[in-house]
Parts: sequence; structure tokens; C-alpha cells
Amino acid sequence: MMSLMTQKSIPAKKPLSDWFRRNVAKLVVAPTFGLIIFFVYGFIAWTGYVSFTKSKMLPTYSFEGFYQYIRLWKMTPWNVAMENLLVFGSLFILIAIVLGCLLAIALDQKVRAEGVLRTVYLYPMAISFIITGTAWKWILNPGLGIQNLVQSWGWESFSFDWLINSEMAIYTLVIAAVWQSSGFVMALFLAALRGVDSEIIKAAYLDGASLSRIYLVIILPTLRPVFLSCFFILTHMAVKSFDLVVALTGGGPGYSTIMPANFMYEMTFRRNQIGLGAASAMMMLATVMAIVIPYLYSELREKKNG
Amino acid sequence: MADLSALPGGKSPWQSAARFGLYALLLIFAAYYILPLIVVLSTSLKDLDEIRNGTLLSLPAEINFDAWGYAWNEACIGVSCTGLKPYFWNSVAMTIPAVLISTILGALTGYSLTKFKFKGANLIFAMILFGCFIPFQVVLLPMAQSLGYLRIANTVPGLVLVHIVYGLPFTVLFFRNYYVNIPDDLIKAATIDGAGFFMIFWRIMLPLSPPIIVVTIIWQFTQIWNDFLFGASFTTGGGQPVTVALNNLVNTTTGVKRYNVDMAAALITAAPTLVVYVLAGRYFVRGLTAGSVKG
Repeated sequence: MMSLMTQKSIPAKKPLSDWFRRNVAKLVVAPTFGLIIFFVYGFIAWTGYVSFTKSKMLPTYSFEGFYQYIRLWKMTPWNVAMENLLVFGSLFILIAIVLGCLLAIALDQKVRAEGVLRTVYLYPMAISFIITGTAWKWILNPGLGIQNLVQSWGWESFSFDWLINSEMAIYTLVIAAVWQSSGFVMALFLAALRGVDSEIIKAAYLDGASLSRIYLVIILPTLRPVFLSCFFILTHMAVKSFDLVVALTGGGPGYSTIMPANFMYEMTFRRNQIGLGAASAMMMLATVMAIVIPYLYSELREKKNG
Repeated sequence: MADLSALPGGKSPWQSAARFGLYALLLIFAAYYILPLIVVLSTSLKDLDEIRNGTLLSLPAEINFDAWGYAWNEACIGVSCTGLKPYFWNSVAMTIPAVLISTILGALTGYSLTKFKFKGANLIFAMILFGCFIPFQVVLLPMAQSLGYLRIANTVPGLVLVHIVYGLPFTVLFFRNYYVNIPDDLIKAATIDGAGFFMIFWRIMLPLSPPIIVVTIIWQFTQIWNDFLFGASFTTGGGQPVTVALNNLVNTTTGVKRYNVDMAAALITAAPTLVVYVLAGRYFVRGLTAGSVKG
């Protein structure tokens, strides 16, 4: 604000360059904002519109109401995908948060080689879900993977065939996703733990409180914002999970492990059902927004109060 | 965490036991994270007989990089047996311009939105930020149509455009949150000295920016290199980025299943981001946390 005012007091030699000087910030923001308006808002509007049509291979534009949504929710694969998202999402979020928090607390006890351990816990975050899926597919394959390893130790009847078992395959996704993401949760918690005021902890300790009690009653409650952030980020990751399913289970056996993102991809790019694909994409957007909006609301409210 | 060992009541046998349990826990989980990498690496160095006759944890009898060479030069991806090499270079050609352009635009936009605030700047920021939260499925279909319309479907420039656009909300967020903490007085003083918008950016903001530039570049690099969804949706055949090619390589079922080649290919694909992580892990962590920090 100030800078603009001072600039105004400089006598204008050329009107055009003066106009440019006053509006340069807007001009610089314009390309970015324009791209976002077109590629985010415009595209969402377009997808939203197409979800109300009977588009198949090519988009058509006659409005058909909720036809695709009704069709979508009558389809078994979509319902399986939503159930999978619920099962996978809740287990993944719960385990990643508990494990990440536990590891952060353990690492925060002045342990030796903390830097090395932290690096080891966190490196999976640097690699693609496709690589994670490929690696775990190899480790979990019943023929030459863990099952074979344990049998070679002498436990001949050991069976670990989750990857090819349609009841259990969904849990292999949880194993791999937790492996990839819990280090990140750990990093968030560790950063927050380092910020906890050590004087309070010392005082409580001198008053005779046990370490576990100090954590449960004093430290964990102050980490509430971290729990919320992790919950939000992991939910977001769960709803978007696509690559891990492709690489680890391919959605199978059958379609027992598909997720909404895989369903959307299948309908849109393989089966020429773009109206249905658009409707499923809008449902995914609605799911994410149902989480994001309360989160942002609480963040902003906290900021105003604090 | 306070150093409680300095306080009274330390060093009982019970505490040593707890300490032992603590290290046991830390090491068990270290094994959970590191073993997959060791298994993948050792599998990639074995030959097929060794893989069939051994177990996951048996180490290769001799180090043998044949599978790596095969994955790089010869492995079949769909019907073309070129190895990962061309796809790897596709990813390089896609990632570098997309990272640079989205970072530069993010820096300029973040600078304008904080230091030359105009009416509606906050609203514009909020609208850009929204882009961080959308599941990309809602833009896939119109994007596929637009790339076709612009005649850049299935090309590297097409993917560059996609990654710039959907990386922008993050780069703007990073720079905006960084610049908002730089004192306005600096800008005011420079303006009084007669410096213009770009002069101030070049002479004052950029020299203050290296930390956030590194964070942004690392974030964008890993996001774009690791992307699969856009690559799978907008490319086929020779235009694929390396993540898509890796998935196709693993799922190509002609002839013998070469597990060692699959694992070597996975490591080749992972190598660039892993190297960045090892070299700049500190910034990597900061990027991850910055990405999660709210506007």
C-alpha cells in the first residue's frame, strides 16, 4: 500500500508507463490467476456440467439431471470402491497417526543416532507410490516373498497370501501406504514435540508425575493441531490414492481393491463412460470438500482467536 | 523434550530396561522401513536362478548388474523393447522446465500478493490456494480434451503445462507464506530510493529467498517426478514418463517374469528423488511441513 502511494507522488512523464507502474503487481499476478481460473475453476465447472449429461465417448451437452449419479450409486464396483475407501482410509489414517506419533515420542528421548533413524523412517516419502507398490508386490507375492521366506525357516504350513486373497488384499494396501507415509507423520509430530516448553515438563516431573502421565496429560493435548493436520493430510491422500492400487493390486483380485480414483479412471479412459466418470469425480471432490472446509474453517477461526 | 536424566531419580535398573525397550522399538521400525529397500536392491543384483532358489533375505552370491543394464536398455514396455532409458529422459525433460517455471511464477505471484498488496489480493490468494485441495480427477477429463485441442496431447510440453498449472497453488503458497514475514519497511525504503517492482524483487527479495527456493524446487521436483496420474491419463506409448513406463514394464507379461529387472527398474525410477532426499533431506522435511502448513 505504502509503496503504491509513494509511487503516485512521482510526476508522471508518460501516462502508459505510469499506468504500468501502478498496476505492475496485478499484471504479474494475472497469468497465474488466469491459469488457475481456467484450469481449476473452469475445469471443475465443465466436469460438473458433464456429470449431468449422458455423455459416453464424447461430451454431449443436453442436461439430464441426476441420471449419472443414480446410475453410479447403483453400480456394485462404485459401492465396493467407496467401502474400500472407508476401510482403507480409516485403517491407514489411524495406524499412520498412532505409529508416527509413537516413533516421534521415541525419537525425542535423546536417543543415539537420531539423525540416521529419522532419515530411515522418512525416506519412503521421497519415492513414488508406483515404486512402493512395485516393491511391496514383490515382497508380498506368495510364491517367492514373505510366505516363502517364513516357510524356508521351517514353518512349512505358514500362509500369507493376502495379495491374491480378495478378502484380505485391501490390507496389503494399508501396509504399503503406512510404510510410505508414517515417517512423514513422525516428522510433523517430532517438529511439534521440539516446540513443547521443556520447563513445564521438568516442573511436572519434579512434582512426581510419571513420564507416561506427563505425555498423556500434558504433552499430547498440546499436539492437537498436529493431529488435526495429519488427519487432514492423510485423508486427502487416501481419497486420492490411485497409483498405489494400480501398482500393488491392480484393483484385484477381481475389483475387490479398487478405489474411487481407479473407478473414475476406468470409466473415463477405458470404458468411454465420461458422464459416469465425471459424476464419480464430482463425488470425490465432494468427499474431499467435506473434510477440507471444516478444517480450513477451524484453522482460520483459531488464527483469529489467537 | 527436557533432559530428564539430569534430574533426581535417574539411572535405576528399571530405567535401563525402559531404555533397552526404547531402542528395540526404534530398531524394529527401522527394519520395517529399510528392509524393503534392501530386498529390492538385493533382488536386482541376483540372477533369476538365485531368485527362484533363494528367499527374499538371501543376499546375492555375487554382485551382478545385468538386470540394471537390461532394465535400462532392453526391457519391454508394452510392445516396444527399449528399456526405461527413453522414458527416463521424458521425465527429465518434463520435470526440469515444469519445476523452474512453476517456481518462478510462484515467487513472482507470492511477492506481488504480499509486498504490493492490491484490493482483492487476499481473495485471489484464497482462490489460488483452493487448487491445493482438489482431487485431480475433477480436471482430468477437460484437461485431456484441452491438450488434444491444443495439439500437445501425448507430448512432453503437454505434461509440462499440466504440472505447471497444478503445481502453482503449492509454489504460490510457499512463497507467499515466506514473503509475508519479510518486513515491509525494506520494500518501503527501496521504493523511496526509486527502485521499481522488478528491481526490488531482483535486488532485495531474491537474495533473501534461497531457503524457500530450495524447499519449493525440492517439493515440485518430487511431486512432478513421482506423478503417475497425469502421465497415465495424458500419454501413451513413447510419450510416457518413467513412472508410467515402470508400471507397464512390471505388468508386461511376455516371456519369463524377470523379477530382478523389475526391481532394478524400480530403483532406477526412484534414484533421482532418493538422491535429492539424501543430499538435501533437511530441506525436504521442511518442504513437507511447509506443504502442510496452512495459509
